[in-house]
Amino acid sequence: MNVGAILGKLWGNSGFSAIITGFVSNNGWQNLVMLAIACVLLYLAIVKKFEPLLLVGIAFGCLLTNLPNAGLYHQDLWNDFMDPASPFFHSFGQIMRQGGLLDIFYIGVKTSLYPCLIFMGVGAMTDFGPLISNPKSLLLGAAAQLGVFVAFFGAVCMGFKGTEAASIGIIGGADGPTAIFLTTKLAPHLLGAIAVAAYSYMALIPLIQPPIMNLLTTPESRKIKMVQTRNVTKTEKVIFPIMVTMFVALLLPDTAPLIGCLMLGNLFKETGCTDRLSDTVQNALMNIVTILLSTAVGSTMVGSSFLTAQTLKIVVLGVVAFGISTAGGLLGGNVMCWATKGKVNPLIGSAGVSAVPMAARVANKEGQKANPSNFLLMHAMGPNVAGVIGSAIAAGFLLSVFGG
Amino acid sequence: MLLTSDITIGEAGVYALLGYAVVFFGIVLLMLVVMVLGKYFASKNTKLAATAAAAAQAVAPAAPAAAPKAVAPGSAGELKLHDVEPKTAAMLMAIVADKMGKPLNELRFISIKEVK
Repeated sequence: MNVGAILGKLWGNSGFSAIITGFVSNNGWQNLVMLAIACVLLYLAIVKKFEPLLLVGIAFGCLLTNLPNAGLYHQDLWNDFMDPASPFFHSFGQIMRQGGLLDIFYIGVKTSLYPCLIFMGVGAMTDFGPLISNPKSLLLGAAAQLGVFVAFFGAVCMGFKGTEAASIGIIGGADGPTAIFLTTKLAPHLLGAIAVAAYSYMALIPLIQPPIMNLLTTPESRKIKMVQTRNVTKTEKVIFPIMVTMFVALLLPDTAPLIGCLMLGNLFKETGCTDRLSDTVQNALMNIVTILLSTAVGSTMVGSSFLTAQTLKIVVLGVVAFGISTAGGLLGGNVMCWATKGKVNPLIGSAGVSAVPMAARVANKEGQKANPSNFLLMHAMGPNVAGVIGSAIAAGFLLSVFGG
Repeated sequence: MLLTSDITIGEAGVYALLGYAVVFFGIVLLMLVVMVLGKYFASKNTKLAATAAAAAQAVAPAAPAAAPKAVAPGSAGELKLHDVEPKTAAMLMAIVADKMGKPLNELRFISIKEVK
């Protein structure tokens, strides 16, 4: 027995050895940088509370995937999976045979299973009552998709391909599952950067939106009190998800997975006879899928594909998309304020970016700053949930144009 | 084309405008459908309310309306709290009233004490 040889073999198989011996030649430095980025993201999630439910998983997935020799995620397997010339093109069997734990997790992202299940949970947690009682608020959800298309245009100007630009633009929809859904279909190599940008900016909404709100509204308009919306009957709430699914999926069939799951979750909530299912979707299923989704998305943050100039451009374009979407919603709010002769507070337009319910809360908070007796939350929830539908339609359009 | 994209800036502009228009088109159609649905239910509710009001009027002459129940005063004496936070006490009183199916101002709480 040669103890020295055993120890040598152990050292040779260790990640430390891989980092040191391959520091320059085998991208060891990139692993170290990515591990540092993972730690920064963990800090932001745990200490600064930036979307911790998602960012902890994303950051830890990033950490795991960048541990050399751990074999949890294999970028080369997924490159073969996407290469039409490869014998393993679209072969989930090869992934199951050769893949690591995170490769298996990632199958749920690749098949769009996780984003759709998350949407089901979102639907089960959403009350469409404010939107049904004030259907005009849907327009604000459409207006707030401006950033999606401006960022798409900007990304093309910066040299991104059409599919990549579409995936970057959808960050402006402020809707994580939709961004992941579209990016997985159109530009899977950008998934890590886009998901991190989307969720980071969603966490930063209370910082990003208020300056734009102050810039695009007058102090007088921010003080406007809105009247109570009408009561919505249970029957209307039950019919709504069925009707929206048929209508939107017939209009843009590519949105059917997202809208279908969103509305199925909502139907579970509203029927009154599927409480157990609603409870499961809202809690247990949502939590399980969040764990799998966030870790799988984090696992795509491999140094060689993440540490590029593209990532920086995505970060910049992402914040532009968010800002312009907020501005679009506010401009829509101003138009509605003018058209209704001051009955609509334009601040609720900013909630047209999805980010439920954070954006509505910010609108409410800013309204109360201008007028402490102003309660805009329920009024802002209409545009807020309309934004979810709007971003799904935007994603459906981009998918139908670039999905080939 | 400015850099190396596979679509020109002109095409991107057209896609962007078209995409935004499609989002508005879809949302406006959806809004119209929701409005029609809302109008239908609002008119149905109005009819139901009118029918109920007419039925109530028809019944009214037959039996004189009972005298409205006197509303209990808003306060029912002083409550003594022993090692209990006012917020906790308020919550407990609301729960008791809810379980008993009685308005809170018709119940009298004398004291609340934490059992240790």
